[in-house]
Amino acid sequence: MVPVTAVESHPTDAAFVVDIAGFNGPLDLLLSLIRDEQVDVYDIPVARICEQFLQRMHALKLNEAAEYLEMAARLIRIKAQMLLPRKEGEEGWEDPRAELVRRLLEYQQMREVVDVLEKLGEDRRNRFGRSFLQQAAAPPPAPLALSLSDLLVAVDRVLRAARKPTIHEVIPRALDVDGAMTTVRAVLELRAHARWRDVVRADAEPWEVLSGLLALLELAKRTELHLTQLRPFADVEIRREFAGEAA
Amino acid sequence: MNSLAKLLEAALFASPRPIPTDELAALDPEASPAALQSAIDELREHYDVDGHGVSLVDVGAGWQILTRPEYTETIERAQLAARPQRLSAAALETLAIIAYRQPIGRAEVAEIRGVDVGAVIKGLHERGLIDVVGRAEGLGRPLLYGTTPSFLEQFGLRHLEELPRVDELAIALRKPGQLDEPEAASEAVPEVAEPVVA
Repeated sequence: MVPVTAVESHPTDAAFVVDIAGFNGPLDLLLSLIRDEQVDVYDIPVARICEQFLQRMHALKLNEAAEYLEMAARLIRIKAQMLLPRKEGEEGWEDPRAELVRRLLEYQQMREVVDVLEKLGEDRRNRFGRSFLQQAAAPPPAPLALSLSDLLVAVDRVLRAARKPTIHEVIPRALDVDGAMTTVRAVLELRAHARWRDVVRADAEPWEVLSGLLALLELAKRTELHLTQLRPFADVEIRREFAGEAA
Repeated sequence: MNSLAKLLEAALFASPRPIPTDELAALDPEASPAALQSAIDELREHYDVDGHGVSLVDVGAGWQILTRPEYTETIERAQLAARPQRLSAAALETLAIIAYRQPIGRAEVAEIRGVDVGAVIKGLHERGLIDVVGRAEGLGRPLLYGTTPSFLEQFGLRHLEELPRVDELAIALRKPGQLDEPEAASEAVPEVAEPVVA
């Protein structure tokens, strides 16, 4: 056995390699002692096991591993408690070993599961499937099924479409948001409530509609007015917002 | 082999992953469940009876054609395929506790194993065997871990119930009366418990 002083919580990626001198912690060491000594786990001779534990710890140079030290301390305490005199048939006496036994049994049970898992994992590990452990690559796109004439027809179609380009002439029309804002303010000067049609004429040009909309949104943002629309495409209600009332 | 069995074989060969039964069924919508089952059986027998280097296995996530274990060494030596790294005893212990007690926090796992398990849990998480499934109530709201579908796959399990039941484990067969403190012994039979926050 190789003595290793590193403990499991070593920060490097040691999670899958570190065994402290072949033992997986103090419970493991304790369990192996109990097995070696062939004692009953329900009736552990604590003094003997404690001594053995300390000897092993020393031999394996585990003196610096906190978990082993803690277990050693626990064993010594139980040993001391066992030495305390108690009356025959005393009520309420609790075996100081009970908690340790419970943990040992729990640990041992878990070790049985480990054996099962090890077997299952090994069985699975020993069989290769297709593309084992490889990420399934996305299937390549199917090659194009094209004949030369298909291709020529397509080229011809593209060329013919390209021959008569439609040229749209875009005339920039400046929006007049400031003007629309003046209009909205003027309307709200006169009345506290207004509607969309009060600020944008029914026969307004698109640029006027856009200017009106942006003006309303801008004023709403500045909390000068309040906009409500009950449902999509319903008329927009415009309400004057008084200073201090703004939410 | 009948044509459905051949279709299944082709699909299983082409697929890089196990194929669940319902996906196999979707390959031929006209095939009845009974016909599908008999085609699967036929394919499996074809490999088993006629003597092939591969066999059809239900690996948990679905059906997959796998090489037979006796050829693993040779294939690996020739570097044609590599087995996944074996889990350490510490990792297996931690995994066993999480599998049985999920959802479970790190402190509780450490309590059972008697050592700190932070690095091991991180490693298991990175390998996709466990995942965070929630948070416990109480101080610090510690993360609770559980096993993943990948865990089942890597251990060839169809579901968690295929693991041995706690009361089937040999240690639990011991009579509680053999311990001085009867209640302590009954506590030693770990059932799937509510997450306890230390």
